[in-house]
Amino acid sequence: MAQSATGGKPVRDVGALRRLLTRPELAAVAGSILVFAFFAVVAGDYGFLTTAGAASYLEVAAQLGIVAVPVALLMIAGEFDLSVGSMVGAAGMIIAISVSEYGLPLLVGVLLAFAVALVVGFLNGYLVIKTGLPSFIVTLGMLFALRGLTIGFARLLTGRTQIGLGDSGSGVMQTLFAGSIGDFPVSIIWWFALAVLGTYVLQRTVFGNWIFGAGGDANAARNVGVPVSRVKITLFMCTAASAALLATIQVLDAGSADVLRGTLLELQAIAAAVIGGVLLTGGYGSVIGALFGALIFGMVQQGIFFTGVSTDWFQVFVGVMLLIAVMFNNVIRRRAAEAR
Amino acid sequence: MMANDTPLMEARGVSKYFGRVIALEDISMDVKAGQVTCLLGDNGAGKSTLIKIFSGVHQPTKGAMALDGEEVRFDSPRDAIDRGIATVFQDLAMIPLMGISRNFFIGREPTTGVGPFKRFDVKKADRITREELDKIGITLRDTTQPVSTLSGGERQSVAIARAVYFGAKILILDEPTSALGVKQSAMVLRYINRTRQQGIGVVFITHSVHHAYVIGDRYTVLSHGHSLGSYEKGEVSMAELEKLMAGGKELEKLEDELQGSGATNGASNEAARSEGSTSETVG
Repeated sequence: MAQSATGGKPVRDVGALRRLLTRPELAAVAGSILVFAFFAVVAGDYGFLTTAGAASYLEVAAQLGIVAVPVALLMIAGEFDLSVGSMVGAAGMIIAISVSEYGLPLLVGVLLAFAVALVVGFLNGYLVIKTGLPSFIVTLGMLFALRGLTIGFARLLTGRTQIGLGDSGSGVMQTLFAGSIGDFPVSIIWWFALAVLGTYVLQRTVFGNWIFGAGGDANAARNVGVPVSRVKITLFMCTAASAALLATIQVLDAGSADVLRGTLLELQAIAAAVIGGVLLTGGYGSVIGALFGALIFGMVQQGIFFTGVSTDWFQVFVGVMLLIAVMFNNVIRRRAAEAR
Repeated sequence: MMANDTPLMEARGVSKYFGRVIALEDISMDVKAGQVTCLLGDNGAGKSTLIKIFSGVHQPTKGAMALDGEEVRFDSPRDAIDRGIATVFQDLAMIPLMGISRNFFIGREPTTGVGPFKRFDVKKADRITREELDKIGITLRDTTQPVSTLSGGERQSVAIARAVYFGAKILILDEPTSALGVKQSAMVLRYINRTRQQGIGVVFITHSVHHAYVIGDRYTVLSHGHSLGSYEKGEVSMAELEKLMAGGKELEKLEDELQGSGATNGASNEAARSEGSTSETVG
């Protein structure tokens, strides 16, 4: 018992194991190991264990993870962003149209996409704060509106919904966003870099403390001087910017943009964050967890492909995983939050 | 008692009206360094309004507040905090799933490093939290454990420790024991005593005469927005306080009527309130 009012009791150290067992990302890490082991056995002979196999599931994981990291931070701050998928489609089209229809340099197109994303993110955050409506509703509206605008403008300006980038050359931009190191696409580095940055911000900066505070109890946080509105709006801008980053990577990698890119990404990102131990109501979670959540997605999607089973079954697997992970996370969190 | 003559804080004839509603009428009381001033009263007596005036949330309609003998006006809660008046409200401003040291410093995080490398000094926060909590007898095994792992009394004590650490000269505690069981209350009262010994002027709001009598140096009783007087410890018995709180003369009259005699030995059980039973079973 740590509640003697007389003091003087020696400090007992919490066992390292005990501490480990109350980490929010435990389920995602354990799940990753299990999923890896499962496919190593089932699909090991079909290329899952080769470098190319690893590259393929890491790339899928990276593309989801780039968005899942800021989405996890936003969820820890107590808000959802359902518009990231539509934002990927919109940003991709902005880049492609700028370059192929208007002959703008690629860099300008990318900057334009980021600028629009920041505006959309700001708008999401501003509307959530000003209207007091749940971000679920506000960004759901944005999900539809943004997708509609993307399709509408694409047809209006070009008459098409898929646009090739044309000859974009192989400059610095290509290397930076769509290059590869050996078998491994550079998007994996972006994913890891963002996860490291996100973890640093969350765990080691004042802003990170405010993220926990804003999501844990916005009112209490405000009372002690935390600029809750600023924290949330900033994070909405980060999720939208991450969508623009993903769009840049996809457009440069594929050499084309499609108005439907990013469909369902918002839900996958939330699933990755939740598998990673982020609490749906905010105030609790980890970025590392979201990284592993995305990794699970990648391994399952590509693992099923390697086994030769129809990939139709992928979503079943994901759905079941999600439920199991959430139940497991609940147990961990209850244990972390209760008496020791 | 280490009280000096000038009170740290005074209410001088404070009145507060909300439209036509008289929330407070001509309240005078003072808070001295190293003393616990208890503010007693039933629900709706005006205790909350009065502490909101103390903490800068409301401004008095008439009368004034004075600090160290000089009249002041608090324009905002921030203003009051900056002058060393810390209020621990019932919700404690604690975030349950957040770590203890993170809670301790939220909004006032210590930093290390410069420019873009400026970061939350987690080590310092942990160390100070551990030290400050050690002082009040809460020995932490892990400063990163969520606040929800603490008992209600511990949580209350941490909130007080936080206010004291950040330089409170006057500490206003809004019903700190009302949601606690007996043991937990005792722990908080013991800690209030330590705070007093550090020379801090404590305003202890409660409707439990028992708690007030154990810890208080002075008592001010409010009823329907009016002060029923301020008393030094020793000037008044617990029974008399109870009677004041329970409606005083009105109840006495009723008792006379019912018993047909002048029994005034104050055995009234009326005010022996049951404290909200042990809702905190953590620990």
